[in-house]
Amino acid sequence: MATREIAGATVQVDDEGFMTNPNEWNREIAVEIAHEEGIPDLNSEHWKVIDFCRNTGQATGKSPTLRQITNGAGVTTKELFSLFPKGPAKKVAKISGLGKPEGCV
Amino acid sequence: MKRIVILGAGTAGTITANKLAQELDLSEWKITIVDQSELHYYQPGFLFIPFGIYGRNDVVRARRDYLPRDVELIVSEIELIEADKNQVKIKKDGRILSYDFLVIATGSRVVPEETPGLAEHEWRRSIFDFYTVDGALALQKYLRTWQGGRVVLNVAEMPIKCPVAPLEFLFLADWFFHEHGIRDRVELTLATPLPGAFTKPRASRLLGDMLDEKGISVVPEFNIMEVDPDGKKISSYDGVEIDYDLLISVPVNMGDTLIGRSGLGDELNFVPTEKHTLKARDFDNIFVLGDATNLPSSKAGSVAHFQGDVFIENFMRYVDGLPLQETFDGHANCYIESGFGKGFLIDFNYDVEPLPGKFPLPGVGPFSLLQESRMNHWGKMLFRWMYWNLLLKGKPLPITAQLQMAGKWN
Repeated sequence: MATREIAGATVQVDDEGFMTNPNEWNREIAVEIAHEEGIPDLNSEHWKVIDFCRNTGQATGKSPTLRQITNGAGVTTKELFSLFPKGPAKKVAKISGLGKPEGCV
Repeated sequence: MKRIVILGAGTAGTITANKLAQELDLSEWKITIVDQSELHYYQPGFLFIPFGIYGRNDVVRARRDYLPRDVELIVSEIELIEADKNQVKIKKDGRILSYDFLVIATGSRVVPEETPGLAEHEWRRSIFDFYTVDGALALQKYLRTWQGGRVVLNVAEMPIKCPVAPLEFLFLADWFFHEHGIRDRVELTLATPLPGAFTKPRASRLLGDMLDEKGISVVPEFNIMEVDPDGKKISSYDGVEIDYDLLISVPVNMGDTLIGRSGLGDELNFVPTEKHTLKARDFDNIFVLGDATNLPSSKAGSVAHFQGDVFIENFMRYVDGLPLQETFDGHANCYIESGFGKGFLIDFNYDVEPLPGKFPLPGVGPFSLLQESRMNHWGKMLFRWMYWNLLLKGKPLPITAQLQMAGKWN
């Protein structure tokens, strides 16, 4: 398993840079990954979504789907796409230190 | 007399009824199963209907014929589950069924109305689904005279029932259009919300080239916003547009509206369920089996089958006052048709991704995991017989409920 340094911490990541151990995540890491993903500043709306994803990730062991995020965090799908442009499900999962959204095969 | 009520007589409900009738002392227990229709559909067979391999008669039987004589079958719509009162209201004669234990097996269904433009005037004219028998039959009729063009298969949203079926549909379509001599006039595209056709590392490595080889293009991370049925294009929330001549939709999947009405579901009407015991999260005398759960296991018949095995063993402990064992591991086992008389087979659970190997006998097979073979195709075709004659009736099959690592390699 590959590791990399983000925000002063060494964390385990997969080939595409998704963290594989959600317990290694912290808020500074989120800020830095968001930067790399083209989101310069995380505002309170971003954090509302990230916090929701962290909570569901912890409860289910999986990254939430778009519908779970919009329902649970109380944002519309349009807003979610403007907060995390181009593939919010994948982007939010990455910033929240959860695994890549996956199918069964 | 104690009473157990099962809601839904599909794959999960029927297996459960059979197993309960085998195990419980029927002088002490009454088993009742409720379903809104008298017909049981072999849903894995729907995939073959558009290509004329199966017709309606190949996939339908009377539910009654697959339930034990001692089980009471009530054909009625279900109005409400009143979990706080341990009772279910049904439509037929306004009856109220009280229960000691309830099994919810009301499944998952497609809801095309969730996507604007999908189920409107072009529905079943240039837009089809194949997750319902009527949709699959309408598509069969349409394909008989279709002359080619752009086929786009769109998965609206995860989770869906039988997550490999969209890939199988495209593989079979590639074969079907070859057979009909028009493959060069057909473009095949998969538009999926997932990051790719294959997302697990081993499967991506071993099968990733298959779509390229078959000339099927993939638009990943496509989250459909709406269909323009007149302009014949689908668009995503981030502005990607895909033109089609024939749209095959796997619409949003949701649990039964009964679950929502009864206040028992999540945002998709799936019932929050304990991951390893199958007990409803919020109720100690309700179990949830099959597609009706909110679990991250696949919504598939094989999963319902393994859940049935785990459930019956646990339930027999539970009624004797023993604690539930956490024995459900999310095991699923799926044949995947790959066209031209071949198929592959995958075996996985919550934690173990599909791996290559031999199945069910380690080192012997006869089926090959994560590898294309003719034998796998025949396994899938023979499975229909197994489904009607062994699986639904709760008879033993040579496959364990929990995933086995023997015979797999990393």
